[in-house]
Amino acid sequence: MKYVNKFVWLAVLFAGSSSAAELALNVEIPRLNVAEYHKPYVGIWIENSRRQATQVAVWYDVEMANQEGEEWLKDMRQWWRRGGRALELPVDGLSGATRGPGVHQLQTELTDAIKNLPEGEYTLRIEAAREVGGRELLSLTFSLPLETNEFPIQARGNSELGLATLNLSE
Amino acid sequence: MNNLKTKIVLGALVSLTALSFPADAHRAWLKPSATVLSGDAPFITVDAAISNTLFHADHHAMSLNGVEVTAPNGTSLELLNSSSGKYRSVFDLELTQQGTYRIASASAGLRAFWRDEEGNRKMWPGRGQQANESEFATAVPQNADELRVMRSSRRIESFATVGAPTYEVLEPTGHGLELAFHTHPNDLYATETATFQFFIDGEPAAGVEVEVVRGGMRYRNSQEEITLVSNAEGMVEVTWPEAGMYFMEASYQDDQAAAPATIRSGGYAGTFEVLPL
Repeated sequence: MKYVNKFVWLAVLFAGSSSAAELALNVEIPRLNVAEYHKPYVGIWIENSRRQATQVAVWYDVEMANQEGEEWLKDMRQWWRRGGRALELPVDGLSGATRGPGVHQLQTELTDAIKNLPEGEYTLRIEAAREVGGRELLSLTFSLPLETNEFPIQARGNSELGLATLNLSE
Repeated sequence: MNNLKTKIVLGALVSLTALSFPADAHRAWLKPSATVLSGDAPFITVDAAISNTLFHADHHAMSLNGVEVTAPNGTSLELLNSSSGKYRSVFDLELTQQGTYRIASASAGLRAFWRDEEGNRKMWPGRGQQANESEFATAVPQNADELRVMRSSRRIESFATVGAPTYEVLEPTGHGLELAFHTHPNDLYATETATFQFFIDGEPAAGVEVEVVRGGMRYRNSQEEITLVSNAEGMVEVTWPEAGMYFMEASYQDDQAAAPATIRSGGYAGTFEVLPL
């Protein structure tokens, strides 16, 4: 089995270099029928097998006066622990405003995040925390180099997140 | 041999301790409103109380005299809006530095217990007073019945962190019963195992008896306490069964006391927040 994987990797290595497929994430923030709705804070990062994180994106209240929006970043508990707490926010190319219900795509950020990662098994994590709401964490495992036949990789949330899909775009 | 000696000493002390330290029979705790924080200068509010039902203030307020807050850079932080009520004391802290803060009340001193000629129990210094060692010889009759002289230390503490955890304030002081944190006290998660190491006067403390209890006790039928004993290196491992605010209480006793004491005792009480994974 291990040998098979090695051959597949080898094949993809060549295939990958020619096709230049890029990793793309579609993540859905569901529309919620609640009395008091605040857009969720969302943290997205990649962990290697030793749980070391590479940051991909963080959506929070960047516009609030005196950076008060940073006060709730810790509510994304795992994101906070896996590197969020060590960041000097805002970080260019990482921080963004909160997003409302709908499907949001990330591609450039992901491509940047994985370009210096060594080959191996990784987990993309998406964590959402909403004021007067809940918290949810989705995990999508993938490997580097990217294997075409692995995709799409999907996970579906039950409360704060909808469908999350990792795909390769040509 | 050593164990036997310790046991005898412990046995003799049980009744004395119970009588002489009424506050010790209860749990003294410092409970921050939050321990993991983000932002530039968040506030926390801290409750300080003595009560057995954790963390429900229903017995005595804890005195704020002696409560010291150390900021990440080692400076002392001012207690804001301090107030003491019937059942609890409270104060606010403005956490303007990034890093880990220590909130602690530590004390140590010489104590003596004996019986006078009529058989009445006596203690020195008096309840709630600090010993002045130069008065020991005149205040304590050296040939009294059941004379016990001990050096006792006591530490009550908790921690809060803004941003990434730092380690400067966690350094043991070398005095009394203390913890060294191999797992950061503000990086605790349900189902994970934390490793702490007990020290007595700067040396690893073996055989420390430890009890860990989760807060919210009013809403369950049993204490659900975890009991542990530190190993030869003073190490204990705690696996947190679920998220919550936890109280860790530990006590230690041996005969390695500096004269005129013959008994050395240390008490430790820490409040630790465990977050869900």
